[in-house]
Amino acid sequence: MKVVIMGCSRVGAQLAALLDVEGNEITILDNEPYSFRRLPPNFHGTAMVGNGLHEETLRKAGIEKADAFVAVTQGDNRNVMSCQIAKHIFNVPRVLCRVYDPLRQELYETLELETISPTTIFAQLLKEKLES
Amino acid sequence: MYIIVVGGGRIGYYLIKALLEEEHEVLLIEKDPYVCRIINEEMGSICFRGDGCEAATLQEVGTGRADMLVAVTGDDEDNLVACQVAKYKFNVPRTIARIRNPQNEALFKKLGVDVTVSATQIILESIEQEVPTHPLIHLLNIRDKGLVMVDVKIPVESTSVGKAIRELNLPEESKLALIIPKEQNPHLPAASTVLQSGDHVIAITPPELEEALRSALRGAK
Repeated sequence: MKVVIMGCSRVGAQLAALLDVEGNEITILDNEPYSFRRLPPNFHGTAMVGNGLHEETLRKAGIEKADAFVAVTQGDNRNVMSCQIAKHIFNVPRVLCRVYDPLRQELYETLELETISPTTIFAQLLKEKLES
Repeated sequence: MYIIVVGGGRIGYYLIKALLEEEHEVLLIEKDPYVCRIINEEMGSICFRGDGCEAATLQEVGTGRADMLVAVTGDDEDNLVACQVAKYKFNVPRTIARIRNPQNEALFKKLGVDVTVSATQIILESIEQEVPTHPLIHLLNIRDKGLVMVDVKIPVESTSVGKAIRELNLPEESKLALIIPKEQNPHLPAASTVLQSGDHVIAITPPELEEALRSALRGAK
């Protein structure tokens, strides 16, 4: 599977590493080259400096041939915008978007974007832990 | 009209000032408390401190009854999301987004933003108009219909000089609207109208046929 990940955050880097170990073809994008320190030393994929909001950058990252696109930058709006580019301009078959704000997450879910809100999930998880 | 403006930078500031003068009901949403305070001191309580991309904020300022939302922050992604939340969650009839990257125009339109404004694009168009040899000048975007109005100047070496309009190989969906000759008064084009060197032809066309229209009117490049 070819996967383009936008944002070499902790989550982005870890996801890249996990998928890489299983032999997937990974390209990970970040505005800040320093973020790539989070990738493991034996990472086989491509780490590319660039802004995933630009179609040209996404094209260079190979989005036209990607099976999946995942946006995990720190900005909800950046994630939502780049995922909509991936979905509506490049017709990537699977697009996953991190949205911290639960209300925004709900809205984009209704707009048929596959979104995950870590806020909602983590709060729920903590509550369950406390109650167990 | 009730108009919500997102982003209290310079564009937002002068925009609300002008809208207030035109006696619209205006509300500005700005994140920075300092900017908010200054604007409220100057113009009365019209600035709400908050994130204009958040549904909760938009709910609080009564976006449901807004006639228009204008997003003019410095970041395209923020402007996109503010407009989408307004449009799809609160059914605001008209949304306008400022864009920095002119390439985002098509994307934003596809994603439900009614109007995009790009300073880069506007300056580029002004430059085009200043260049006298420019073969085709954009005059107007008719966005709802996906058409543009253009001005094509007929230079002396054009293959169309001395030909009637019916003899030209014009794309079917491009319509000539007006001929402005160098010296006479403007007139409406007919099939028998003969083009002269120095004429300006005003035409309406889908943007993808611009090149075909240009070459029909001026000959190959």
